[in-house]
Amino acid sequence: MLATKSNNSPFVLKPASVRSVMVRVLLALIPGVVAYVWLFGPAILVQIALASLTALAAEAIALHLRRKPVWLFISDGSALVTAWLIALSFPPIAPWWLVVLGTLFAIVVAKHLYGGLGQNPFNPAMVAFALMIVAYPLAMSQWPAPGGDFSQHLNAIFGHRQVDAMTMATPLDALRTALHSGATPAADSTNAWLWISLGYALGGLYLLQQRLITWHLPVAFLATLGLIASIACYADPVRFGSPVFHLFSGGAVLGAFFIITDPVSGCTTPRGKLIFATLAALLVWIIRTFGAYPDGVAFAVLLMNIAAPLIDMYTQPPVFGHKGKRTGGLS
Amino acid sequence: MLNKLFSFNGGVTPAYEKTRSAEGPILPVPLPAELVIPLHQHVGGPPRPVVQAGDRVTKGQRIGKADGNASATVHASTSGLVSAVEMRRMPHSSGLSALSVIIKPDGLDAWGTAKPLDLHTASPTEIRDHLMQMGVVGLGGAVFPTHLKIVPGQPKALETLVINGAECEPFITCDDLLMRQRADTVIAGVALMCQIMKPDRTLIGIEDNKPEAIRAMQQAIEAQHDKRLEVVSVPTRYPAGGAKQLIRVLTGIEVPHGERSTDYGVQCFNVGTAVAVHDAIKLGRPLVSRIVTVSGNVRRGGNYDVLIGTPMRDVVALSEAHADTNRYIMGGPMMGVVMPGMEVPVVKATNCILVGSPKMFPPPPPEMPCIRCGECAIACPADLQPFELYWFSRAKIFGKAQEYHLFDCIECGCCAYVCPSHIPLVDYYRFAKSEIWAREHEKEAADHARERYEFRQYREEREKEEKAARLAAKTAAGREKATAALAVAEQPDGSNNTAEKDAKKALIAAALARAKQQQEQAAAINTAAALSAEQQAEIAAIEARRAEIREVAKPHLPPDN
Ligand code: SF4
Ligand code: SF4
Repeated sequence: MLATKSNNSPFVLKPASVRSVMVRVLLALIPGVVAYVWLFGPAILVQIALASLTALAAEAIALHLRRKPVWLFISDGSALVTAWLIALSFPPIAPWWLVVLGTLFAIVVAKHLYGGLGQNPFNPAMVAFALMIVAYPLAMSQWPAPGGDFSQHLNAIFGHRQVDAMTMATPLDALRTALHSGATPAADSTNAWLWISLGYALGGLYLLQQRLITWHLPVAFLATLGLIASIACYADPVRFGSPVFHLFSGGAVLGAFFIITDPVSGCTTPRGKLIFATLAALLVWIIRTFGAYPDGVAFAVLLMNIAAPLIDMYTQPPVFGHKGKRTGGLS
Repeated sequence: MLNKLFSFNGGVTPAYEKTRSAEGPILPVPLPAELVIPLHQHVGGPPRPVVQAGDRVTKGQRIGKADGNASATVHASTSGLVSAVEMRRMPHSSGLSALSVIIKPDGLDAWGTAKPLDLHTASPTEIRDHLMQMGVVGLGGAVFPTHLKIVPGQPKALETLVINGAECEPFITCDDLLMRQRADTVIAGVALMCQIMKPDRTLIGIEDNKPEAIRAMQQAIEAQHDKRLEVVSVPTRYPAGGAKQLIRVLTGIEVPHGERSTDYGVQCFNVGTAVAVHDAIKLGRPLVSRIVTVSGNVRRGGNYDVLIGTPMRDVVALSEAHADTNRYIMGGPMMGVVMPGMEVPVVKATNCILVGSPKMFPPPPPEMPCIRCGECAIACPADLQPFELYWFSRAKIFGKAQEYHLFDCIECGCCAYVCPSHIPLVDYYRFAKSEIWAREHEKEAADHARERYEFRQYREEREKEEKAARLAAKTAAGREKATAALAVAEQPDGSNNTAEKDAKKALIAAALARAKQQQEQAAAINTAAALSAEQQAEIAAIEARRAEIREVAKPHLPPDN
């Protein structure tokens, strides 16, 4: 008996799936999350849970409305990755509705209204961040001091009033203020973020080892950011933050390994990735230094998302037998 | 071995599964009840039948005459009676039929007169003719007529002759066993090729997962004291056996799509082809059989010496397919095609019959959207961006697909193999290519029609002019006669007429020239007119697959198709 409906070659496939890709990205986030919990308490886990549940529910409803196979897509894990990135970039003691609202918007508007998995021109997590910080700048700026009391955190998340005593400005804000006033930066906060950043970096190395990302994006991003910060800081240490400050606070390392590496909204050619990351780092530094918002990663990424298709088009690598000749979108 | 090896980008390492069929001798296959020999088994023009039902043929007798230069002769694979010349189903996934000669074997398997060729006295043209007459085509799977590639006395000297024994597709072991068990013949064939083509060096590339073949070939070279030949072990990575990839690995040269490797001083032949060349020249025997691997879901995989035209069923029977078999694939798991039935014949292109079961080749998981992860680009040996090609092919933006080098895609399947979204990428490329060819053919046909139309207009115009001129001349002559004067040429009417006619003619000629020029430009762009034989052959092959591909690709396309 011959199969009537024949499929075509290749008949063998590598055991790979979108799910395994996403699961490995989630795994790679774990060291950073562990450091986060260690230094700031388990509040972040509450945020992750909130974001995850919201994302899955929103994804299921969106898929159902779009008449897509719900289980097939919801089990791909992409919604969870978005949720985790949102939770990790929002303040851990932000009120519950902030992360829920952000996640809803990310999944429904930034992802599904643009066509779902693989179609979104903007990084959904960064859309959520940017929207929320514009809409609720205050709530998005309540960062806890390291340590802290979990019940107080819970109260902040689910309670009705803000617990001002426990919060402080964002690490970046704090540093900026400290720098301006000439005081010593809040050392323990900086240290905490350094450790978390190292956790993210560890996960990033795992992604590199798994060949889920290439070196181009994180290296170009961190190198550019470090370089500009060094030059500026060397020129005027009072006005400009140090490279350590720029690299290890805010979302720089998270961004370098997990956010600008989103291939759907970013660049995919090797040269394109270098350009994308370099410009993104430049934007981050500019926004952080001169902008009105505390961190610039989200805006930098969104701006670069717009440019990504064009960059890709002009950086098509030479194909076999055409090396040295002009190829790609330019021809 | 002091050769510096190069590497190609991309490639994949699927499970090789070679041990399933790589042991034991190459076995003969009993004469089948009937042989179905398709006349068109190679890339290039289809041969014409030269026998009829009722004819007796000897083994090796010509039954199909090469039609033009880019074609190959076809022979009876055994002696017997031609029972019919009719359409039979071909080893194509679409199940299309083609003209075939059906032979009832007489059981004697008696050769006709052998016609060896003496290379010392033969002229280059005679060598080419001989290979064409012997039906020698590339046996690596491309079935390109060999005489078109063996170009004796070509102006540009051949630097490197590459002999392809890489055999990178999983499951297939026919070249491996050929090299292990008939190394002497392979080397003798390669030596003949050297004698004809006079390359500066000859490199025999074999993947390093075939140590026994490498050893056997080296021993054969030593035994024949042939210093010109060298065996090079190349890293095992699919598709290292693709001609372009192997050339790249051995010489560092990248032959671009659509260009002939000879222009880069390289030419590449499969080891099986070397044996066919040897048999054709030394033994004077045409290509009537080939070695075929049977592997996959069978009790005992193996290799068989199969007469061309033997129904695949007869071959597979010797290996005994398991009960849960659900399909038969010609070729390997990466590039093979599903057979429409088991009665289809083994042809010159059949290197492997892969027996599949749902367990062995499970249906692919559901297709997901592309997440632009870039895995496919990393795996692509042609350095393409497969996901961009997928995007454009799916959206039917064929111009863009071509701009992104769709036609450089060798359909190796690496991209689809690694894709975590399980997108049948190659199906999309096949579809896009066939659509583009179809459109170009339509355009070409339209161009021809326009040309014909313009020419007819021009001719009618001219005829009218001429008629008028003749009439005028006649009237003029009559008038002349009537007035009994002289000097016909100085007739004012006549000369006026001629001047006008000349002007018109010039105008038409100019317009025609313009049109022609435009057509030529279009043709040059569309790669239709100024094609090499190789390319035309390629087009023919692609054309042949068009209908089939369209069928297959359709279900994957968005519903608006
Ligand atoms: S491997 Fe598949 S999912 Fe990844 S970029 Fe290529 S086509 Fe898209
Ligand atoms: S099938 Fe084509 S696009 Fe895919 S890997 Fe092979 S050459 Fe590249």
